[in-house]
Amino acid sequence: MIAEVRGLSFSYRNRAVLSDVSFTLEEGTVLGVVGPNGCGKTTLIKCLDRILDPRGTVKIRGRDIADYRGDELARTVAYVPQALSVGMAMTVLEVVLMGRKPHVRWSVSDDDISLVTNTLSCLGIGHLAFRKLTQVSGGERQKVMIARALVQEPSLLLLDEPTSALDVRHQLEVMGLIQSVVRERRIGALAAIHDLNLAARFCDSIVVLHEGKVRAAGNPGSLLTPELIREVYGVKAVVGREDGLPYILPVEPVGSETR
Amino acid sequence: MKDTERELAADQLQSGDVTRTYREMISRRVLAIAVLAAAIILLAAVAVTLGSADLTVSEVYIAIFSRFFPGNLSIDPLTSTIVWDFRLHRVIFAVLAGFGLAVAGAMMQGVLRNPLASPFTLGIASAATFGAALAIVFLPPLFDGDLVLVACAFSASLLATAAIYGLSRYRGMSAESMVLAGIILMYLFGAITSFLQYTGNTEQLQAVVFWMFGSLQQTSWLKCGIVGVVLGISVPYVILKAWDFNALAMGDQVARSLGVRVERTRTVHMFIAALITASIICFTGTIGFIGLVSPHITRLALGGDHRYLLVASGLIGALILLLADSLARTILAPTIIPVGIMTAFIGIPFFLYLFLRRKEEYW
Repeated sequence: MIAEVRGLSFSYRNRAVLSDVSFTLEEGTVLGVVGPNGCGKTTLIKCLDRILDPRGTVKIRGRDIADYRGDELARTVAYVPQALSVGMAMTVLEVVLMGRKPHVRWSVSDDDISLVTNTLSCLGIGHLAFRKLTQVSGGERQKVMIARALVQEPSLLLLDEPTSALDVRHQLEVMGLIQSVVRERRIGALAAIHDLNLAARFCDSIVVLHEGKVRAAGNPGSLLTPELIREVYGVKAVVGREDGLPYILPVEPVGSETR
Repeated sequence: MKDTERELAADQLQSGDVTRTYREMISRRVLAIAVLAAAIILLAAVAVTLGSADLTVSEVYIAIFSRFFPGNLSIDPLTSTIVWDFRLHRVIFAVLAGFGLAVAGAMMQGVLRNPLASPFTLGIASAATFGAALAIVFLPPLFDGDLVLVACAFSASLLATAAIYGLSRYRGMSAESMVLAGIILMYLFGAITSFLQYTGNTEQLQAVVFWMFGSLQQTSWLKCGIVGVVLGISVPYVILKAWDFNALAMGDQVARSLGVRVERTRTVHMFIAALITASIICFTGTIGFIGLVSPHITRLALGGDHRYLLVASGLIGALILLLADSLARTILAPTIIPVGIMTAFIGIPFFLYLFLRRKEEYW
C-alpha cells in the first residue's frame, strides 16, 4: 500500500475544512479526488505532503508522515500545486532539475540530466529544455511542473488540478502519461480533478468530497451516478457509457432547494 | 549561442545533447565568474596606484612588496604609510563591501521572491542611518565618536531586522508580510531620521547628510578584518544553501515539498543578509544601489540559478564599488566624490544597457 489515511481532519482557525477523511491508495493506481469548489481537495493534498498539519493519521509506505525527515519526505512525496509560480530567469531544464534537489547535494550528475531529458521527452516538451520558463505557455508550464515532480522519483505523486491549463488533447496525454508512470514504477498518484470525465477515464478509484467529508469512494464506473452528481454538485447530468467507460454530460444546475 | 539556437527539436532530443548543452551553459557561468574575479584583481591592482599623493606605480608596488621582503626592498616610510594605511585597505574594503552588499541583496530577493527587495528597500539601511543620526545628534563623541556611531548604526540595523521578523511572524512569515514590514520600517526610520536632522545643528546636519552619501574614507585594516570574517563565515553557508533559494523561486509550497523548511530558511537568511549589510554600512554609510541592482545585472547576464547567481552577484557588486570608488577618488581629485553617489553613476548605465538589450523576461 502506498498511502493510508485514517480520520484526517483539518480546520483553518475555527472553520472545519476536512472532517474524518479516510481512504487508502494502492500501488500502481491513480486515485482521483473530486468534489465541488471549496470541498477541501487542495487542503487534503497539502495535508498529505505535510504542508498543513492535520489531525488523524497519514501513512506513506506504512510509515507516519510525521516520522519522515524533510528530505526523506521530499524523496517520497512529490507535489504539483494548482497555482504555478514562475521561477526567476530559469530555463525549463533547470526548473525540472530542481526535482532532483532531494537527491543531490550540489552538482547534478549526467544521470540526473538524462532522467530530466527523458521525462521532458515523454511529456512532449523536450524542445523547450533551454527556454526560459517565462517564455512558455501556461499549458507547457503545467507540464514542466509535472515533469519536475516526476523526476523527484516519489512513491506518491500529489497533483492538484494537473490538467486545468491544458487543452483536451494535452489533458488526455498528460493523464495517460501519469497513469502509465504510476503503473510502470508501481507508485501511487492522488489527483484532485474537476473534470469528472477525466477522473472516470484515468482514475482507478475516486473519493468524492462534499463539505469536507467523504461522500462516496470506490470505482468511478459504478460511483458516478446522476443522483450523486446532483447531490454533490447540484447539477442535473446524464451518465452514459462508451467503450466500457462512463462519461458525464452536465445538463443544467438544479435549484438549491432540491440539493 | 542564442537560446533559439539551443532549442532542440522534440524528436531529436538526446540526453547526450542536452547534457552537453547544459554542461556548456554551466561552463560559461563558471568562466564568467573567473573573468569577473580576474577583472576585480586587475582593477584593484590599478586602484591602489591611484590617489592624490604623487606616487609612481613602481613606488606603490615596492611599498607593498617591501612588507613581505623587508631585506630586499626598501622604500621611504611616508610612501609605505600612504600605500598601506590609506590606499590598500580602502581598495580591499571596497571589494569586500561591494561583494557583501550584492550577496545580501541577492539573498533577500531570493528568499522574498521580490525584485525590489534589498537591505535598502526593506528598512535595514534606513535603520542604520537612523542609528548614525542618533549618534551624531544626541551622542556627541563620548570616548570615540566613530565607535559610538558604528555601534549605533549596527545595532539599529539588527534591531530593524528583528522588528521585521516580529511583525511578519505575527502575520505568518510569508514573503509578502516580510516585504511590507520592511517597507513600513523604511518609512518609519526615514521619518525619524528626518526629524533628527531637523532638530540638529548645521554641523550635525552636515554629518548626517555625509553619512547618507556613503563613503570609504574611514576604512581600516581592522574594519576589513571584521567584514572579512563576517563574509568568510556567512557566504560559504549561504552558497551551500543555493538549492533552497532555487526551490523558493518556485513558491513556498513547492519549496516545502522539495524539503525546504521555508519559514526557517527565510528567517535565517534575512538575518544573515542583515548582518552582512550592517557590518558594512555601519562603517561606510549608505551605499544603496549595489544590493538592489547587482543581482539583477547578474540574472540578466547569467540566469537565475543561485549556485552561480550569489557569487557572481557578489563579484559584480565588488567590481561596481571598486570602480566607483576609484573614479570617485580621481575624477575631481583632490576632491573625493562620495562613493554612494558614484556607484549609481557607474551601475545604472550598465544595468540600463542590459535591461533594454535583453528584452525577454528574466524575473
